[in-house]
Amino acid sequence: MVPFADQMLVLVMLINFVVLGSSRLAFSIRAVAAQGVVLGALPMIIHPLSWRLAGITAGIILAKGMLIPWLINDAVRKAQIKREVEPFLGYVTTLLIGAVFTALAFVFAERLPLAPEHQDLLVVPASIATLLTGFLVLTSRRKAISQVIGYLVLENGIFIFGLLLTEAMPMMVEAGVLLDLLVGIFVMGIVINHISHEFSSIDTSRLRTLKED
Amino acid sequence: MLLTVFVLMPLVGALLAWVVPSGRKRPLILPIVGAAHLVMTILLLADTPPPSAGGWIFLDPLGKIVLLSISTLFLVCAVYAVGYLAYREERSNRVLCMGLQVCLSAMTLVTMSHHLGLLWVALETTTVAMAPLVYFNRNARSIEATWKYLLICSVGIALALLGLFFLAYSTVVAKATEPTLLLEPLIASASRLNPGWLHGAFIFLLVGFGSKMGLAPLHTWKPDAYGEAPGLVGALLAGGLVNCAFLAVLRVYQICMASGTEIAFFQHALLAMGLVSMAFAAVFMVRQADFKRMLAWSSVEHVGILAVALGLGKGALFGALFHVINNGLTKGVLFLSSGNIHRSYGSKTTDVVKGAMRRVPWSGGLFLAGFIAITGSPPFSPFISEYTIVSSAFLQGNGGVGAAFLLLLTIVFIGMASTVLPLVMGEPPEGLEKSPYRDRVLTVAPPLCLMGVVLMLGLWIPGPLMTLLRDGAALLGAQP
Repeated sequence: MVPFADQMLVLVMLINFVVLGSSRLAFSIRAVAAQGVVLGALPMIIHPLSWRLAGITAGIILAKGMLIPWLINDAVRKAQIKREVEPFLGYVTTLLIGAVFTALAFVFAERLPLAPEHQDLLVVPASIATLLTGFLVLTSRRKAISQVIGYLVLENGIFIFGLLLTEAMPMMVEAGVLLDLLVGIFVMGIVINHISHEFSSIDTSRLRTLKED
Repeated sequence: MLLTVFVLMPLVGALLAWVVPSGRKRPLILPIVGAAHLVMTILLLADTPPPSAGGWIFLDPLGKIVLLSISTLFLVCAVYAVGYLAYREERSNRVLCMGLQVCLSAMTLVTMSHHLGLLWVALETTTVAMAPLVYFNRNARSIEATWKYLLICSVGIALALLGLFFLAYSTVVAKATEPTLLLEPLIASASRLNPGWLHGAFIFLLVGFGSKMGLAPLHTWKPDAYGEAPGLVGALLAGGLVNCAFLAVLRVYQICMASGTEIAFFQHALLAMGLVSMAFAAVFMVRQADFKRMLAWSSVEHVGILAVALGLGKGALFGALFHVINNGLTKGVLFLSSGNIHRSYGSKTTDVVKGAMRRVPWSGGLFLAGFIAITGSPPFSPFISEYTIVSSAFLQGNGGVGAAFLLLLTIVFIGMASTVLPLVMGEPPEGLEKSPYRDRVLTVAPPLCLMGVVLMLGLWIPGPLMTLLRDGAALLGAQP
């Protein structure tokens, strides 16, 4: 099943580019949801099937593919955001940087001392590329919602690396990580709602009142 | 079993806080839970249960030190909260009461988890549970602070998770043990793990837990969050969450020590980050007009001191562990009394706040005493811990670090004094509005008790505490 897993990881990296290049907020939220579903399916493909695995898969798809996107959409609706993503950098520039990051991820992963059974998988390069994409979105967009999307992509990148480690990460811990992510996004959604009330916008570049004189 | 009850009890308190309809009675849950927590802490310290099956849960000396400081601070803040919320009756305190207790539960779990994944989950829970509390004052400034806090800490701690994955992967590559994130097997096999992944893991863990601790250059959320949060939340951030993050760094340090090859790098990184933190604090504390932001910078300084102490190792480790307690308790005094002063003046900048000793004598006096203690002046306990760290630097022949440490402490002292002295001494400005706030037992006695403890520890360290600190330092690999 390894070739199929690699195809899925390629899909994950393509979704990174969709998030980077899309000018519509609703579209990038859907893209991150799709990425979550693909990631949720991956453990099933890589490892032999078991009840435990089915539980993990269902939990991840439910959280990353449905609940979290719903929470973000809800925040968008409540904050009545109409304007689009508004990057500090242009879409073409971020896409180009994203492409460079992805290429670097492959070069870097080549040099890492991987266990022999993991050497032919795309897991590590996909993980690093997704992580860097998340960082890029986080730092290059000015809307609070886009920053949440960046945080999610970053978390997805870390999650991909975790695919190599199902033995070391007990299910309880994985569930805890997922729950923390979920509650974190929930709180972020509420905060975004309050930001839009206070500032009549969720443009984080207006969050500049607190600084050293 | 007792440990499970320990973690669950504050959660039950949080549920109660949710159910109780009366905003006036709800805060009373906090001191009850706080007192029960402290009693259980003392019982557990006296008679420690063996590690849980599987070794996930165990209260070792390092965990005990952090637990004791958190539990004491929480009880004090809980009593204070009752008095504080009486002044804030127009606002709903449901979220505050629930958040504080969820946070206590998560902090307790941090102190006793020996599975690094579980520790991570508990630490991230504290971040999320504290976020709504930073926003208690519900204005534009506090929402901005909350956003920065939530985003920077979440991203930071996500990187720490990646670091943990690298750590686990180093066991996979080395095939030295079963892949695991349990502390004891990791320490036992540390010298056989794959050095490349271990190195990467330590970098990410330092960055991740460092941003949660507020080490420069990852401290940018700190002045905002501490400046805008209510005093008692600031106290718990500076004395509770910082200590939990520091404990996470200590766990990494333990593995580093055992690995043998990595410790030199890790100690150099800690020394550098610690001194940079102290330098940042020294620069921004000079002429700082906002006294709550000044306390935040003081917290940046003190996590810097902790990092320097770890970087020095050996005898400084005892100082580091003692300083964890001292810093937490003294920060409690400062934040709680500064909250009182803030309420009395309706302002937190020094152009309005002058002569606090006249207007609110108890709070003003406590703030002054807290300032003297936190800057490391005798006879208070931070003096002892800072002295231990500095003398260890010189004893090790690391005179450069020792000298820089002393110089930065001096600058901080002068900078802080230039803000605190005019604030406390002198005459209140003319034409200041009358304030409904008066120093009352519930808002003054808690920080006063803390100040008493800080003074006592400066004069005499009780035997059991001394043993605890020595055992903790021994776990970190200090020569006796």
